[in-house]
Amino acid sequence: QIRGSRARALPDRALVNCQYSSATFSTGERKRRPHGDRKSCEMGLQLRQTFEAAILTQLHPRSQIDIYVQVLQADGGTYAACVNAATLAVLDAGIPMRDFVCACSAGFVDSTALADLSHVEEAAGGPQLALALLPASGQIALLEMDARLHEDHLEQVLEAAARAARDVHTLLDRVVRQHVREASILLGD
Amino acid sequence: MAMEMRLPVARKPLSESLGRDTKKHLVVPGDTITTDTGFMRGHGTYMGEEKLIASVAGSVERVNKLICVKALKTRYNGEVGDIVVGRITEVQQKRWKVETNSRLDSVLLLSSMNLPGGELRRRSAEDELAMRGFLQEGDLISAEVQAVFSDGAVSLHTRSLKYGKLGQGVLVQVSPSLVKRQKTHFHDLPCGASVILGNNGFIWIYPTPEHKEEDAGGFVANLEPVSLTDREVISRLRNCIVSLVTQRMMLYDTSILYCYEASLPHQV
Repeated sequence: QIRGSRARALPDRALVNCQYSSATFSTGERKRRPHGDRKSCEMGLQLRQTFEAAILTQLHPRSQIDIYVQVLQADGGTYAACVNAATLAVLDAGIPMRDFVCACSAGFVDSTALADLSHVEEAAGGPQLALALLPASGQIALLEMDARLHEDHLEQVLEAAARAARDVHTLLDRVVRQHVREASILLGD
Repeated sequence: MAMEMRLPVARKPLSESLGRDTKKHLVVPGDTITTDTGFMRGHGTYMGEEKLIASVAGSVERVNKLICVKALKTRYNGEVGDIVVGRITEVQQKRWKVETNSRLDSVLLLSSMNLPGGELRRRSAEDELAMRGFLQEGDLISAEVQAVFSDGAVSLHTRSLKYGKLGQGVLVQVSPSLVKRQKTHFHDLPCGASVILGNNGFIWIYPTPEHKEEDAGGFVANLEPVSLTDREVISRLRNCIVSLVTQRMMLYDTSILYCYEASLPHQV
């Protein structure tokens, strides 16, 4: 159902609405404004782009899918954590998706590519890459980078991020299969 | 000062103690179901590069040449003839919008609603203005599905005296896949309460009325205080239903009754 503005209803697709909020106690210093600041809006937009690519919105015309993410503890890689958590949530709700969306951040420090940066490594100021991947087909849902990185190093960093995202996928896959198996056993054959 | 604390512990999965294993083919989104192009694709699948790929996490069901994936938890998909319990969200010009745990709000047209007293006449402009007197936002009703629109929205009707506004009771919201399809969904349990098992996953438990009121047609809400024994029975039933849901068992009158009887030794 669409709540709020009816005018935004798309006649042939579902509208995906994402909101990102971080708790005041999530970072080192207590944050005063959890919603509405620029970083939250930007994260929400990125999440929306990622999930619009992954969810089969054609199957739900004139309705709205809301994804609300709240970060309780941030130590780097918040975008990746949000995407992984939201993937599990969408899967649990039974909304049809093309594939899992697994995300990971990567960076380049001292001429080595690092995957899954922590807050300290992010604050060091090197280039960082956030990658959201659909593992089965290898398609990239979202690739975002801020800072300057030499073209030669791009391959390496991308490779590291993709490998880490695949590892996340293995983990998520195992957990989901386990859950489905249990539920299916309990429901009986 | 010493305090006693009880922390939640992860429950051991019941499936291990049951010792069974499933024979179904379980998939997660992105899994290839088959590369054979002879199959027709049903719900929960999509075609990608000549392969049939699953789009939800669940079990694969095959009926002759149709393959579909049944997800564990979905919103309610209406079928004609289902009984649903819903909550009014909006009062519009000639209809009410009812929330029934489905993808789009269901619609209850003014012409599908019984007038008080059971008269049969065309609904006039005064009836339209008096709509809010019948059903307001936040009321609970029981109704039957009359038709399903092309985009999945469901149209309801309360054309019989057993449907209508619900009075005092307890609502339990469960997943629609756990309610078993039966001949009748209105049950009067021998323990002293009645239950309506809505196909959309809304279950309404209420005290059994002593005498059936034929003329009211479901509009007058009985606001007399409910006795303590009835209230205990109702809360016990609600806890039974919630525990059945956590163990993912199908809900129907005998399963609820057995659970109730098994819980009698414990306190509410």
